[in-house]
Amino acid sequence: MQDKVVEINGLTKSFGELDVLMGVDLNLYNGENLAVLGKSGSGKSVLIKIMVGLLSQDEGSCKVLGEEVIDLPAKRLNALRLKIGFSFQASALYDSMTVKENLEFPLVRNVKGLGTAEKNRLVEEVLDGVGLLNTLNQMPSELSGGQRKRIGIARTLILKPKIMLYDEPTAGLDPITCVEINNLINQVNEEYHTSSIIITHDLTCAKSTGDRVAILLDGKFSAQGKFEEVFRLPDERIKSFYDYNFINT
Amino acid sequence: MSKESPKLSYFLGKRLNKFFSGLASAYRFVLKFFREVWFPPYEFKEFIRQCYQIGYNSLPLISLTGFIVGIVFTNQSRPSLTEFGAASWLPALISIAVVRAMGPLVTALIAAGKVGSSIGAEIGSMKVTEQIDAMEVSATNPFKFLVVSRVLASTLMIPVLVMYTDFVALMGSFLSVNKNELVSLSTFFVQVFDALTFLDITASLLKSLVFGFTIGIVGCYKGYNSTKGTEGVGKAANAAVVMAMFLIFIEELLSLQITNYFRQM
Repeated sequence: MQDKVVEINGLTKSFGELDVLMGVDLNLYNGENLAVLGKSGSGKSVLIKIMVGLLSQDEGSCKVLGEEVIDLPAKRLNALRLKIGFSFQASALYDSMTVKENLEFPLVRNVKGLGTAEKNRLVEEVLDGVGLLNTLNQMPSELSGGQRKRIGIARTLILKPKIMLYDEPTAGLDPITCVEINNLINQVNEEYHTSSIIITHDLTCAKSTGDRVAILLDGKFSAQGKFEEVFRLPDERIKSFYDYNFINT
Repeated sequence: MSKESPKLSYFLGKRLNKFFSGLASAYRFVLKFFREVWFPPYEFKEFIRQCYQIGYNSLPLISLTGFIVGIVFTNQSRPSLTEFGAASWLPALISIAVVRAMGPLVTALIAAGKVGSSIGAEIGSMKVTEQIDAMEVSATNPFKFLVVSRVLASTLMIPVLVMYTDFVALMGSFLSVNKNELVSLSTFFVQVFDALTFLDITASLLKSLVFGFTIGIVGCYKGYNSTKGTEGVGKAANAAVVMAMFLIFIEELLSLQITNYFRQM
């Protein structure tokens, strides 16, 4: 049995009268890529935001790398966050900074005693890893959507996280760029030995990146397992999800 | 009447609830600023960048406004003073008006429009595009980086801008006085400083500090609490200006009362 890096049990979350998560159970094992599928508004992003302490659950437990996130004091929560890379849906690059400054931002604040040469080497290394070394001095507004996603991923990789959380990594991208991002996710998993959760409603992305998929429907995971196994299940809701992605489009 | 009353009370209750919860939220925000400001890490680089943005980038607008205020106020006051044969009092009148009220007020209102809206829009757009969340997950305190640095920069730079506005307005006034009353620069400034007291200058600087703090904290608060996408960003920028201007007038009134109390002591 592999080690669990994320362990979620009975997680619930509501916003006012809207119940988003209603007793979610999920494990992420060391070294695996888990694709979480679900319709828009099903609570997928809420789930990973709870994992990094951006939101807190109403009930249940969410342990990341063995620590109960909701109970952590600020200092320990920040230490845990350094082990988690979070790639945002809209990349969330800092508009007023160049690509280089964006990448340096987490580095200079969290790694003490780093010289300029070493800092530049780390920035160039991670940027080269996502194939965008030529954008070093560009502003985020000068980049394409796909480039922004890559830089966003590079910014999280600079601190060498143990867990990567991708929030809709292929949303709003053309099919060719989607394939490039999917390949990058797999490449990150291999090179950095991360465990990843990929939040998506794109089945192609889930199929090509996920060692396992989990489907979030009506506030709970209705199925978890290998891609082919899950979509063979006799559940009409899952079937319609598959049909919509692969037949209707 | 009986049919309408529940609706009216519901509406009023909802408005009051919104007002008081907004007040409590603003209070918590200000309190958080005073808690965070003392402890490291200190974002010096961002603070200096904000000082440049707020101070240096406001100079052209402030210069033009201050200069025009000086000329216009002098020209508007001249006929009344001349009627009483007191045109020689113009430099004294202008210095008191500019240093005590017009310099700080004009600078603060211009800065509320320029700086307050820019802070509100910048932080608001960072909020809706998840840049603030991105800072938080990279173990950086976004409040310290964005709010503390901007509020401190605004609190420090507005008094500097006020002193500059006072000077430019007095120079504008001098040009008018020199042309019409043939008063030299040294005579003009001797009369200007003769009319001023230590209390005038201290009160002016102290209230400028308060104006600067108000502009910064209101801009940050409105931006930090913006919602509903790009529409929310526009509303945050607008609300930052309106609220800051409203508070500046109230603070001006309060400062007048406090200064008058000390003047009469």
